[in-house]
Formats: sequence, C-alpha cells, structure tokens
Amino acid sequence: MDEVLLPTTVDELVEGRAAHPDALLLAGGTDLMVAVNAGTLPVPGVIALRAVDGLRGWRREGDEVVVGAATTYADLLAPDVADLLPGMAQASRTVGSPQIRSTGTLGGNLGTASPAGDALPVLVALGATVELRSPGGTRSLPVGELLTGPKRTALAPDEVITSARLPVARGPQQYRKVGVRNAMVISVASVALAVDVEARTVGVGLGSVGPVPLPAPDACAFAVDAVDWATGALHDPGAADRFGELAAAACSPIDDHRSTAAYRRHAVRVLAARALATACPPATGAAA
Amino acid sequence: MSGATVPTPVAPSYVLTVNGTEHGVDASWLGESLLHVLRERLGLPGSKAGCEQGECGSCSVLVDGDLVCACLVLAAAAVGTEITTVEGLADERGTFTDVQQAFVDAGAVQCGFCTPGLVVAVHDLLDRVPEPTDLEVREALSGNLCRCTGYGRVVAAVEAAVAVRTSGGAP
Ligand SMILES: Cc1cc2nc3c(=O)[nH]c(=O)nc-3n(C[C@H](O)[C@H](O)[C@H](O)COP(=O)(O)OP(=O)(O)OC[C@H]3O[C@@H](n4cnc5c(N)ncnc54)[C@H](O)[C@@H]3O)c2cc1C
Ligand code: FES
Ligand code: FES
Repeated sequence: MDEVLLPTTVDELVEGRAAHPDALLLAGGTDLMVAVNAGTLPVPGVIALRAVDGLRGWRREGDEVVVGAATTYADLLAPDVADLLPGMAQASRTVGSPQIRSTGTLGGNLGTASPAGDALPVLVALGATVELRSPGGTRSLPVGELLTGPKRTALAPDEVITSARLPVARGPQQYRKVGVRNAMVISVASVALAVDVEARTVGVGLGSVGPVPLPAPDACAFAVDAVDWATGALHDPGAADRFGELAAAACSPIDDHRSTAAYRRHAVRVLAARALATACPPATGAAA
Repeated sequence: MSGATVPTPVAPSYVLTVNGTEHGVDASWLGESLLHVLRERLGLPGSKAGCEQGECGSCSVLVDGDLVCACLVLAAAAVGTEITTVEGLADERGTFTDVQQAFVDAGAVQCGFCTPGLVVAVHDLLDRVPEPTDLEVREALSGNLCRCTGYGRVVAAVEAAVAVRTSGGAP
C-alpha cells in the first residue's frame, strides 16, 4: 500500500487494518509524526483515524463512561466529561501544550504504551478496560493486560483499539506529575488516585516508575483502612505518609536521561502522600 | 529541514482547503507533513519550521478550528478539513490583524521567528476566551517557544489586544 486510507466508519477501519497490517495506524500523529519527520520511521502506507467519527467522543453507559479511542485530551477536558472522570481531566491537562492536547488521543497514548503516558496511570487506578476490534470480533482487556512492556502491547496485528471503559467517579480523584517544568514535558514520575466512597475502595496507578504503569495493591489496601468512610477523611494525618511509602515500595524505577531511580521513588512517595491527603483531608484540619 | 532524507513513495494527489481556498497537491511523499506542504508546495511560508517535533509551536495553524502543530499533521490525512494559517487571519494578505498590530506596538517581535505561531495561538485564545486571566494567557502560550522576547512583551501584547477589543475596537 503506498497511500493514505481515510476510513469513515469503524467497520471500514477494521477491514482496512486487516488488509494492510504493515501500514501505520495514525490517530493524532503526535507520537508517529515525530518519528516520521525525523526519518526514523518508514511509511509503508497510512490508515488515518481522523474521519472515523465513531471513534471520537464519549458516552455514558450506566455507571461507566465509554471513551472512543480517537478522543483527544482537549475533548476530555470539557466540563461535562471532566465531572464524570476528574482524574482523567487532570491528567489530560498536564499533557504537552494546547497544540498537543487538541491532537493527541487516548488511543494513541495506549498504542504508544510509554511508561510515561499520562492517561495510563489513571486507567490503571480506575481498573479500566480497553476494547479491541478485529475482523474476528471484539474483545476487552484490563488495561494492565493490554500494556505488556515499554512500547509493547498485546494488540494483534489486525486489531485496533476502539474505546476505553472507565467507571464514573464515585469519590475524589487526583493526578499528580513531576516533570522538569510545568508545560511540555513528559513525566519523571506520576501518581493517579481514585477513591470510591460507595464501594469503599482506593485505586492507584504509578507512571514512569516501571516498564508499564503500575498498580500499588498494598498502598490501596492500607488506604481502605486509613479512611473513615463515614466522613471520607483520614483517621490519622500520618496515614498519608505511610501510604506514600507503600506506593514508593511498589515502584521499580530505572535511572535514565530524565531522572534517577532514587529520585523517582522519592517523587512517588511525596506525590502519593499529597494526593491522598488532598482527596481525604484529615478530619482535624491538621496537615496538608 | 525535514524531508531531505525522506524516501520515495508517492502519495496520490489530494486537495487541501487552506484559508478558504482549495489547493491541489501532487506528488508529495507519503508521510509529508502539513507544514512542509504549506511552505514548500503551496507558497505559504508564514508557518515556520522550527523543531518539527511538536515542541516549539512555530508551525501552529488551525485545523477545523483546533490549534495544532502543522508539523505533526499528515498532510494527506487533512483532506476534508478547513485549515487556517497565519496568512489567512487577516482579510487580505498584507493587512495586519489587531493581534499582529498589538505585537508590533508592544515590541513583542524581535527576530520574528516565533511570531506567526504565537499570533495564531493568540487569535485562538481570544476567540475562545475574550478576557483571559494571566494564567490562561500563559497556559495558552505554553506550546510556543520564543528565544528572544522573554515572553513579557508577548503577554503585554495579548493584554493590549484584549484592551482594544473590549473597548469596542475592531474584532
Ligand atoms: C511535544 C509533545 C509533548 C508531549 N507531551 C506528552 C505528555 O505530556 N504526556 C503524554 O502522555 N504524552 C505526551 N506526548 C506524546 C503523545 O502526545 C501522546 O502519547 C498521545 O496520546 C499520542 O496520541 P496520538 O493520537 O497523537 O497518537 P499517534 O501518534 O497517532 O499514534 C501513537 C501510536 O498508537 C497507535 N494507535 C493510535 N491509535 C490507535 C488505535 N485506535 N488502535 C491501535 N493503535 C493505535 C499508533 O499506530 C502509534 O503506534 C507528547 C508528544 C509531543 C510531540
Ligand atoms: S515546527 Fe512544529 S512545533 Fe516546532
Ligand atoms: S522573537 Fe525571536 S524567537 Fe521569538
């Protein structure tokens, strides 16, 4: 294939993908075009998602929000969806710049599978599932099973990501990220936190501190006991720090050109503690 | 910059709508960015090629009303969209917009390389948010790098453009 396909429906997209498994699947292009411009990525053909209206936008289904793969960060910042998915809205606001947020998509973040992808810890914290389609049908995978390593996914060559399914927020959510400055930087470490006051659960996702965004089950179990579920406050102000330590213990960061492993672990400890203290402020009004 | 080493395959001809006019594009290579097509094929060099990695914003244009980096848009996939470049902001080429005039008046233009991208970004901001706060201005400009001005004069230019518009000057 030496051209650009512009399918307009999901069916056409799925067919085109199966017929051209080598073509680049192009959503916003904010990852792909960087490599194309640098001349490091051959372009044997392109299937562009831009005209597939069915992949863009979100809809509520009961207690869940289904977000189309080609939905941009700017779309996810709109107040109506930000109310349902506050953690995703916070994460979206930290991505790149306005130019990148109006182009980059949730599906592209999943497809790139960078440990630093800002949407990914949120999906982990929320226990989101990702829906995939191929000519053989549809399957859905928990986000942790889709992301198998840095820049690696469980996507089959003839599959496309169609949507992510996230629970509607039932309590406070937080996304916190450290980078070398506020705008335009990939995270050095990040923490997503989702408190569900109805189910009395706490979800955590950690970014840039392992090959894939990591859960932190021990920290979550600790937080469930640390929260006074009648008021949504922490029993004890010191619990936030302990929570941070348990989150840091779940990391397996590396040293690289952006940061050291030690700093990343430290950053997760501080970010996680602040996130919990903000989401569930201690009743006394002390600290944080 | 980009492109020099980019290889062979040829995308078929396609048509782009830029500043309200349809332009045929022939024999571009597969993978060619909108920025390259605008500058090298359509004679619209206002959008500047800086980093070609989405970092500097000097190539900012509007695609269907969204502020994007033209260097990250695959030109052949922009078929069917409405593209507006800095050349399309004024009624006629050669006429300044209020924002451009404010940049000149405030001394927000030094070498000028970043200016077209900033002007497109500021028009986008003021069309959405007529009276932005300082934080909104800085966030809106966070994707545009300037090596010369230090941004103080750019922010002053935005404030001046807001003042002109809110006092009933030409929109
Ligand atoms: C200047 C700059 C700043 C950035 N800052 C950030 C940041 O702060 N945080 C962050 O997380 N990212 C950042 N990024 C990276 C990028 O913007 C995000 O990863 C974005 O989500 C990618 O989405 P896209 O639609 O542009 O992907 P594309 O580049 O179109 O695609 C990326 C990959 O995903 C695959 N893909 C896309 N859609 C699908 C689908 N539906 N099904 C299967 N595979 C698919 C593609 O084939 C490709 O392999 C930045 C990029 C730039 C250039
Ligand atoms: S040239 Fe496009 S952002 Fe720098
Ligand atoms: S005026 Fe020189 S880069 Fe901005």
